[in-house]
Amino acid sequence: MSWPSTINRGLARLPAPLLYVVGFGYAAWMLWLGISNQLGADPVKVLEHAMGEAALYMLVLGLAVSPLRELAKINLMKFRRAIGLTCFMFLVFHLSVWAVLDVQRLSEVWADIVKRPYITVGMAGFVLLLPLALTSNNLSIRKMGATGWRKLHTLVYPAAILGGLHYVMQAKGFQIRPVVFLLLIIALVAWRYLRPRTKPIARREKREIA
Amino acid sequence: MAHRWRNKLSDNDVTDEAVYLNRRALLAGGLAGLGLGMSGTVARASDLEPTSWDDITSYNNYYEFGVNKSDPAKHAHRLTTAPWSVRIDGQVDKPGDYTFEDIMSKMTVEERIYRFRCVEAWSMVVPWNGFEQADLLQQAGVQSGAKYVAFETVLRPDEMPGVRFPVLDWPYVEGLRMDEAMHPLTIMATGIYGRDIPNQNGAPLRLVVPWKYGFKSIKSIVRITVTDREPPTSWNKSAPQEYGFYSNVNPEVDHPRWSQATERVLGTGLFAQRQDTLMFNGYADEVASLYADMDLTKFY
Repeated sequence: MSWPSTINRGLARLPAPLLYVVGFGYAAWMLWLGISNQLGADPVKVLEHAMGEAALYMLVLGLAVSPLRELAKINLMKFRRAIGLTCFMFLVFHLSVWAVLDVQRLSEVWADIVKRPYITVGMAGFVLLLPLALTSNNLSIRKMGATGWRKLHTLVYPAAILGGLHYVMQAKGFQIRPVVFLLLIIALVAWRYLRPRTKPIARREKREIA
Repeated sequence: MAHRWRNKLSDNDVTDEAVYLNRRALLAGGLAGLGLGMSGTVARASDLEPTSWDDITSYNNYYEFGVNKSDPAKHAHRLTTAPWSVRIDGQVDKPGDYTFEDIMSKMTVEERIYRFRCVEAWSMVVPWNGFEQADLLQQAGVQSGAKYVAFETVLRPDEMPGVRFPVLDWPYVEGLRMDEAMHPLTIMATGIYGRDIPNQNGAPLRLVVPWKYGFKSIKSIVRITVTDREPPTSWNKSAPQEYGFYSNVNPEVDHPRWSQATERVLGTGLFAQRQDTLMFNGYADEVASLYADMDLTKFY
């Protein structure tokens, strides 16, 4: 048996809601570590960054679902909604930690959104994801129709790029990690527009040539 | 020449070792008992309560060892700090390589409890041990006409895993105007809390300029050049619109990416209030006169 189907069999046994439990559990655990003074000298920043990075991982994972299915025959489709909503949950925590524990003053929160380009960019990405989170349910899909719903949810592409950009822009000096994240996100989005939309037979020929 | 700066704080103001080593445990205990109560268990001798040894030595920006705050504490042990010598050159009477032992034999080490404000809007209070930079410069004999002092950090790719990445243009360089370098507040630190300064904090000797953002206080110095031209500085080269040559702590001049009006005081817990940042980091009385006729929004 090929290894993609082994993986798919394993994945089939996992219930998708498990991701909510793991995601929320991780956030709660980090918060507890912060409250009990186990996050080092600057717990606010550690918590803030942990939530932001977790959201980025979820974004990349969510964007990887389709290419993984098509290129590696690994099927994560049933987790896609949970991945998206868990990403959004991390973003809500990221924003809350930033606004409440870090900046602390509501007037300053607004000033930062308007004045600081990397925060403007990050916030724009979050705003784009808001309708996606709100429509991540079967009722919305039925009401909007599959085509309209799918169209709306392509907003995840600009949102993800803004998220990657936000990560790059907040770094001091030239740092590799944020750049790798951004390039990965751009590649995953670009794949959707650049992949050969041809018949399976033609694709097989292409692979043989390659 | 300015007067010799006198420390207003004494040894008694430094938190007892048993307390500072355990502050995190005390805070956790305090939290459990008092909800969000923070200060109850640690005696406050003055407004300047030194940050714990653990926090000072585990939360560092020393990009030669990695860009995460915990990287220097993990990797800096690889840095060989003995033997060590500092090349002092440029417009000095006695240029040459000064060994660390040679320097220390002629310097008077004293304790200086300073606020330390990072450009990233966090702050600590550090009980440094060190000597005045002016004493070292005078030993080398600063020639008339010299206007600036340039500093350089050691660059050893074999011992510094972070320099594989072009985060900055290595080696790290910094600079001060002569009056800033000769100011009695400006010290070369060789210790913290009466112990040898750990590698991650810039062993064996580093600059400390308490009224400037932390990145001016260059670590592990191997070269000091006295010059008549404003020397290049690493962060200014990297992002000139964000980091100026002076980089004085100034709550009224924001960094383009964040406000400098307030700061997070490290080691005070997850729910601590931000503190207002003070002009010149609280040293305005001592240093404001150095910049009397300068537009600090222009010379940031």
